[in-house]
Amino acid sequence: MKLLNHTSKYLSLVLLPVITLWAFAFYYAMLDEIYDSLDDGLGNQKILLTKRAKEDPSILEHVDFDKHVYNFKPISKATYDSFKESYRDTLMYMHNEDDFEPVRIYESTLEQDGEYYKLKIITSMVEEDDLIKDLVNYLVGLYLLMVIIILMLNNITLRKIWKPFYHSISQLKNFKIEKEEQIDLQPSKIDEFSLLNDAITRLVKKSRDSYTEQKHFIENASHELQTPLAISINKLELFLENNTLTENQTKELATVLDNLGRLTRLNKSLLLLSKIENKQFPEEEQLNISSLTQEIVTDFEDFAIHKHMKFVVDATADVFLVMNKDLAIIMLTNLIKNAIVHGEADSKIHIRIAEGSWSIHNRATTEALDEDLLFSRFKKIGTHKKSTGLGLAIAKAIADKYKLKLAYQFDGMHTFEISFPQKR
Amino acid sequence: MKVLIIEDEPEMLDNMRDTLEREHYQVETAADYQTASNKLGVYNYDCILLDITLPDGDGLELLKQIKDQGKDDGVIIVSAKDSLDDRLKGLNLGADDYLPKPFHMAELHARVNAVLRRLNFKGQSLLVFGNVSINPENREVVIAGSPIDLNRKEYDILMYLVTNKNRLVTKAALAEHVWGDHIDQADSFDFVYSQIKNLRKKLENSDMSIESVYGVGYKLNLD
Repeated sequence: MKLLNHTSKYLSLVLLPVITLWAFAFYYAMLDEIYDSLDDGLGNQKILLTKRAKEDPSILEHVDFDKHVYNFKPISKATYDSFKESYRDTLMYMHNEDDFEPVRIYESTLEQDGEYYKLKIITSMVEEDDLIKDLVNYLVGLYLLMVIIILMLNNITLRKIWKPFYHSISQLKNFKIEKEEQIDLQPSKIDEFSLLNDAITRLVKKSRDSYTEQKHFIENASHELQTPLAISINKLELFLENNTLTENQTKELATVLDNLGRLTRLNKSLLLLSKIENKQFPEEEQLNISSLTQEIVTDFEDFAIHKHMKFVVDATADVFLVMNKDLAIIMLTNLIKNAIVHGEADSKIHIRIAEGSWSIHNRATTEALDEDLLFSRFKKIGTHKKSTGLGLAIAKAIADKYKLKLAYQFDGMHTFEISFPQKR
Repeated sequence: MKVLIIEDEPEMLDNMRDTLEREHYQVETAADYQTASNKLGVYNYDCILLDITLPDGDGLELLKQIKDQGKDDGVIIVSAKDSLDDRLKGLNLGADDYLPKPFHMAELHARVNAVLRRLNFKGQSLLVFGNVSINPENREVVIAGSPIDLNRKEYDILMYLVTNKNRLVTKAALAEHVWGDHIDQADSFDFVYSQIKNLRKKLENSDMSIESVYGVGYKLNLD
């Protein structure tokens, strides 16, 4: 639920009891005021009646309410003395309404020419049930009006106010650290949003800085290792050429060279892995996986023949993938090389390319392998001392980068399959 | 042929000078940006080996300087970085080749040779060794007047060995050059033997022979 709907929800929930409470308070305050003014009117009428009785004592004869809104009733002196004025509510038959309606009665006393009278004056009252009904109707109306206004305010004004926020969020969503594009934030007059923008800008800068630093660290580490490796390899190569050595001496040196070569490959593989994980291969292109496979197979054919193996490539469809070319070559190379290195002599290596899938199958002396161990770094399965233990980890990292599924199966043959959704 | 090596690592520089001098190139060296810049301002070279990470400046600036002077010296960038960015930048600035460290000496010869051949003969020269003549333009090999048929790998091996004639070429160097960058993932380079065997057969009537050196590598000898 959006924030603005949250605020609307709470506002409308809170408004309900507030308006109800207010309704009660308002109702009683108004009623009090009405009584007050009615009672004032009745008091005033008494004074007027007292004056009239002096001029026209005949009104003292009115003893019921049929003709007038007042009546007089003679009382004794004792009653007069002990009488207390009072206002009270009662019901009375109203002709126009054809019903009993509430009226206000004022009871008081009056003394004229030594005679004592009790005086009653009535006036019609507000009908409380009607008043309450009206009040409720108007308050419900008010409540609905306020809810509508709140919703409209939120949806029009707040939407406009929140615009820079949504803009910032969409910028963050599209932000890629390896791309050099700058993040573009809309300046906002709202403090919270400028705070947010400041924080984003700072965070982006910090991430970029550490990303660059890391990239430089990898490059520096590479530089530091490659140069001494290059020096050692070249020195030995020159030594081999410049000196007349015995067979044994030459072979010893060749072993050292071999190992330096392995060290070089290991270093390159580690670098490659970190580069893939740091997403340093942004360039992508549409690749024909079928023809790429054919090229790699041609390169590795001699290696396979040497191991008494044969490739059988069975491509039923031209498969295209959008990815970095170098990485695609490395991924396929590692899987193909893996099949040759671990494959059984005098067997065939099958490569099947169909829509949505690329798979390689080979026979080997080993049983089914543990898929979890297979793709982790430096987990060497088998007895090949010369493998770096990184080949499959690299293939997996590349597959993951492009959201391809690389899986291993064993059904008499060792099978590595890359599956991917077909895009047209 | 004058070659300038710009490289800040003294031992790396020594190795490169040693191996190139044995090929009878006239080798000059510069160990830093300033020296290199001064030398480039005064002399002309046929080929420049340029390490782009120098302690006192960016090697790519030197490349710009060379190209700004309108010189057509061949430039090979030598770098320990092997990053795609640098490779593209270098080639866009007009470098002829990019050689990532570490490399085999044999590979260095092959690259320098290729650049010099391209610049000095515009690819029009025939390479003649005894009764063998090689035309790098159309990859044609003629022995004693009759053309012989070589497949891609055989031709590449022959060219590589010819470039490094009379020198030991290890199997690893040969495999990486001929079979491509990614063959270095192979666990052994013995597989190059079958192609060598075929090539030897085809070179039977020539004045050159491929000698196997204790199973470590090969050497092309001119009789």
